[in-house]
This record gives sequence, structure tokens and C-alpha cells, in this order.
Amino acid sequence: MHKYYLTHLQELESEAIYVIREVVAQFDRPAILFSGGKDSIVVTHLARKAFWPAKIPMPLIHIDTGHNFPETMAFRDSLVADLGVQLIVGSVQEAIDKGRAVEESGINASRNELQIVSLLDTIESHKIDAAIGGARRDEEKARSKERFFSHRDEFGQWDPKNQRPELWNIFNGRKRMGEHFRVFPISNWTEMDIWNYILQENIAIPSLYFAHNREAVYRDGTWLPASEFLVLRDGEKVENKLMRFRTLGDITITGGIESDADTLEKIVAEVSATRSTERGNRSDDKRSDTSMEDRKKQGYF
Amino acid sequence: MELLRFTTAGSVDDGKSTLIGRLLYDSKSIFEDQMAAVKQSSERKGLQHIDLSLLTDGLRSEREQGITIDVAYRYFATPKRKFIIADTPGHIQYTRNMVTGASTANLALVLIDARKGVVEQTCRHSFIASLLKIPHIIVCINKMDLVDYSEEAFNKVVEQYEDFAAKIDVTDIRYVPISALEGDNVVNDSVNMPWYKGESLLHTLETIHIGSDENHSDARFPVQTVIRPHAAEYHDYRGYAGRIAGGIFKPGDKITVLPSGLTSAIRSIDTYSGPVEEAFAPMSVSITLEDDIDISRGDMIVKDDSEPEVSQDLEVMLCWMAAKGPRPGAKYHLKTTTREVMAIIKEVSYKLDINTMEKLENAGDIKMNEMARVRLRTTQPVVFDEYRKNRITGSLILVDEATNETVAAGTILV
Repeated sequence: MHKYYLTHLQELESEAIYVIREVVAQFDRPAILFSGGKDSIVVTHLARKAFWPAKIPMPLIHIDTGHNFPETMAFRDSLVADLGVQLIVGSVQEAIDKGRAVEESGINASRNELQIVSLLDTIESHKIDAAIGGARRDEEKARSKERFFSHRDEFGQWDPKNQRPELWNIFNGRKRMGEHFRVFPISNWTEMDIWNYILQENIAIPSLYFAHNREAVYRDGTWLPASEFLVLRDGEKVENKLMRFRTLGDITITGGIESDADTLEKIVAEVSATRSTERGNRSDDKRSDTSMEDRKKQGYF
Repeated sequence: MELLRFTTAGSVDDGKSTLIGRLLYDSKSIFEDQMAAVKQSSERKGLQHIDLSLLTDGLRSEREQGITIDVAYRYFATPKRKFIIADTPGHIQYTRNMVTGASTANLALVLIDARKGVVEQTCRHSFIASLLKIPHIIVCINKMDLVDYSEEAFNKVVEQYEDFAAKIDVTDIRYVPISALEGDNVVNDSVNMPWYKGESLLHTLETIHIGSDENHSDARFPVQTVIRPHAAEYHDYRGYAGRIAGGIFKPGDKITVLPSGLTSAIRSIDTYSGPVEEAFAPMSVSITLEDDIDISRGDMIVKDDSEPEVSQDLEVMLCWMAAKGPRPGAKYHLKTTTREVMAIIKEVSYKLDINTMEKLENAGDIKMNEMARVRLRTTQPVVFDEYRKNRITGSLILVDEATNETVAAGTILV
């Protein structure tokens, strides 16, 4: 019986494909939340595998904060063209212009929380009943309590104390009108699994993940990329650095690390030797001990 | 590298968080910024030591109350294996969370305080492991540092547990004397217990044989959805998508579709990377058949040499998970594999005392966190195996028709 076993990556892949197929079987209008980051790229790759030789039978949703890395946008457009799927864009700028969201001000202002409004508006206006996301339980302690099928009430809110129990591989996607689900097929993957899988499958990812020279400013222990949105503080100066990004979010909040890892093999080696978490460079998580839980309750990714 | 899923249960007192913290820390799965954050939070709370439970108890209410309420999933890897820990609370009021954590585990880690020996909580965890058919139990006899690392103390607890274990249905039980606090026998062999000739806990976790835990003899393929590409080159393609729940399928195999009873043979087993010559649990694949027959979600494709049960009457051990007990005569959505039917609870045979495994007849209404053996009657036939034969095709949940909540989980007895 020796040969009848799967490697951990094969088993995680099979689990994720099963979950994605459950979404399409149980819901009328599912969609994939696509940020352009590696996790949503892996989810999209898994969705392609799940329905091959058919196309992915649902659209991708991108919440555009207007503060994007240009590389992410170019990558998104070429992937969508390659897959032949519909792209739905929810615009934070539009939400601000319509008065649905108010731009933050102050020294650490970002559009991170404003995405919640655009995301929920997009889900509602397109009548999306299941939004598949690339969140992983190892990323953050609030996410470690997340279900594969995570119920959201009619206001799009998460109630962590009152989650449905999830047993075996039976997923309960029943809901009332106006409610929706967030579904996380790669819940059980770690950052290391993601990188090993990208390497194994040779999945294309934005160039930002590879070491490159960039103008950046050192702030709060991380290299923030220079952009039209970055306001220099006293004593800060822009430097040219050989760096790369471990996660991708808005250009205003995503810090990079000094690195010369310019191939997938080198990235895997670097990640396995690293001693800090990938979200350590994300200023959105540093606001408080439970900032992720607080945002998730409101409807964040 | 293989994947091992294991479950723990317990409270702060028995050192569960310390043990998990140590496994994560010693396997370098806790990062420096996580550690710094936990250290900061511990200091803010005025604690003397670094409270590793803050790593897992992430919800605001858990941090406030200092207890684990929900199942938390933790991950670590060694060069040999990747591990998923389902970390659950141990108190009786969280039985449902323990059952949830146990449902997907290959192994249960039962912690016993060497000073206290087998207590009610030990029995409860072990019964749940047994009911959920977890194939392996590792009994960690913890706090050996507090009993002078005495072999006699260890043997006494082992004897106690063996007496008790005669009542449960788990064949592979191992014992490791540890000190989670001091690190003895957790990752490294203990220098304090030269009398112990066995392996450390981590070494046991890395090497325990789990390859035969899946059922590879009875072929089961619950159909999730049908793949029909609307493209010229795949015009007539009809692939049945699903995850194999048991056995081995090969092209050419004669199959039966249940509950309809229609028959055909497998033409191909497809994946994105190309067709495969055989497929086994838990692979996700698409199967095409030689004949164009009516198959949809909820049907099960099986091989002719071993057929599952097909019935509208099920004997089930239920764990009730909702605050309100079952309403008399209420209908529930019953979900098992990819099939969904309506069901009612026809009869409650007995309740099970989860601390003693005693059967309690005429014990009144079923309440949250209670186990009961019931007879279910369904509107449509259900395709299933006995849970002890297959944990996927032998499990089910009940969903309340009115609230959409998952109210119960069940293992099918016959």
C-alpha cells in the first residue's frame, strides 16, 4: 500500500479544489476575491484546476483602492485575459466620490479600511452569495478561528463567537436572502506551503515578489516604496534599495524587505530561513492586538 | 512530506498551551515578531511568564476571559512532516468543539498531569477520540518534573489508563513521559528520565505510520458537480468532479451509480495535469464514463465489488451542537458527503454519558453538548457506510430548516 499516499502539498491542493467545487455546487453567484497577491493567485490557479477543461465558472472581483502598484494591475489584466473570465472592479475612489466612504487623514492614513465599503457594495450590487478569498489561518490569530465556509449577515458582518461548527468535509452553505459567505479554500496552508506550491507548479506571480531595485523610505522597521502617495516625514530620505515584497497590499502600507532573492528557489530558501511573519511588514495589522478581528467583523477580507 | 492532523484538548492548567507553544517554538514555527507581541501582551497583563496561550487564543473574548472557546488551528512543520493541530478547549461545555476538532484528526494527543493521573477530562477526550474513530492516541504524561521524573509515577498512570482504555475502541495507544515546561521528551530525549526507552513526542509524531488510515479497499466517489465545458474541442465532455472518499479507481473499472443503480465503466480519470492511471482517497479528480447516464450532485459512484448501504433509516450517534435541543417532529436538512435530504429524528434510543460511556435510557430531551443514539428517517435514500469503515461516507450533519444553523453532527452506526 506504500504508494497510496499524497504529499502534504497534494493533500492541501486536493482539499482546496474540493472546497472550491463545493462553492460552485452550493451557491448561485460565487466570485473569487482577487487582490493580485500570491495567495489569491494560488486560489485562482486552484480554481482553474478544479474546473478544467472548463473555464473558471465565476468572475474575479478586484477592490481597487486607487493606491495600487502598477505591476499588480498589469499582472491582473494579463491573468484575466489568459483565463477568459469576467473581472469586476470595485473602486474605493468611486465610493469616496459618492460619499459612501470618507478618506482617512493623519499621519498613518490609508485606504485599507475603506476597502470594506467598496467590497460590501460590490458584493451587494452584483448579488454575490459566496466570495472566495485567499486568507490563511496561519497569517493572523483572528484568522486562525476562521471557518472554510464563513457566514456573513445581511450587513456583511462576521460574528466570531457564533460560528457554525464545521466537521469532516461537510460544508453548510445555507443562508437567508441578503446574507453571504466568505470561503477560504487555502485555510490550512502556511506561507511556506504557498511558496513551495508556486515553485512546484511554476505559477506566474507579479515581479514585485522578486528582488529588484526600488526607491524606498525606511519607516517602522520596513522599507516603504516611494510613490506619489507617500509623504516624507522629518529626517526621512528616499534611498535606492535592492528589495522585494513578501506580501502585496496597497502601495501605501506594504513594506518591503532588503533581499537579493530574484528566483523562486531563492525566495523559498529565504522564507524558510526567515524569523519574522510576513504580515510584520503590514502597518494595517499593527494598529492593535485585535485589529484584524475588528476589521473582519465589519466585513474585511 | 506527509501531512498529519492531530487534535489536543485541555485547559490552561494541564499545560496544553505550554506544550503547543513548545512544539511550535522548538520547531521554529513561532516567529520573532509573534513572540515579541505575546511577550508585550503578557507584560501588559502583569504576568510573570510569557503566556503562550496568547498565540492561539486570538479572539477578543478569549483574550479577555483567558480561555480557549473555539477550535484554533495551528501549523508547524519539521523536515519530515507537516502538522495541523486542532487545538480545542477541554471543559465539558465545549464538547462540541472537541468533536469538531476530532472529526478531521488522524491522531489525538491526550494530556495527563502525572500528579493527578486519569481524571474525568482524560476519559472524555479519549471517548471522543474513540467515537470519532481517531486511529492513534498519544498519551502525554506531563509535569514529570513535579514527580521527580519517577518511573514509578509514570507506570502508575500508564496502568490506570490501560484499565480505562479497555472500554474504548482505539488500538494504537502510546505513552510518553514529558515535561512541557522543561522540554523533557517533547522535542529532545530527556536526560532526566534515562529509564524511558521510547521516543520523544515529536519523534513519535514524525514517524507514526498513518499511510493505512485511509480506506483503500471500498471505492467511493461522491459527485460534487458536473463539468461540461462549452468549448468546441471538449464538446461532448462530461466530467464528474469530486474527491475520492475511499478505495482505488482505475480506467476500465465497472461502476454503479447510487442510489439510481445505473451501471457503466470508467473511461478516464482526469486532472488539470493530465489523465491518471489510478486515483485514491483523498484525491480530487474528474471521472468520465463510457455511457451517457443520468448523474448529478449527491450521487455516489462505487465499484461493483463492494457496495455501500442505501437506506432511508439510519442508526446514528449524534452530538448536539446547538443551544436549543431538537424540536419534536422537526425536519432537518441532512448533509452527508455531497448529498442532501430531509430527515426527522424518529426515536432516541439512549443518551451517552460522555465521561463514563454509560448508556442513559429515558434520560429526557437532548441538550447542547450531549451525545445520543437516535434513529433517523429520511425523505430520500441515503448512500453510506458504517462510520468505523469510512469516516467520510459514514458521517453526517443536521441543519436546522428555520435557522440554517448546523445543529448536530452524527456518525452512522448501521
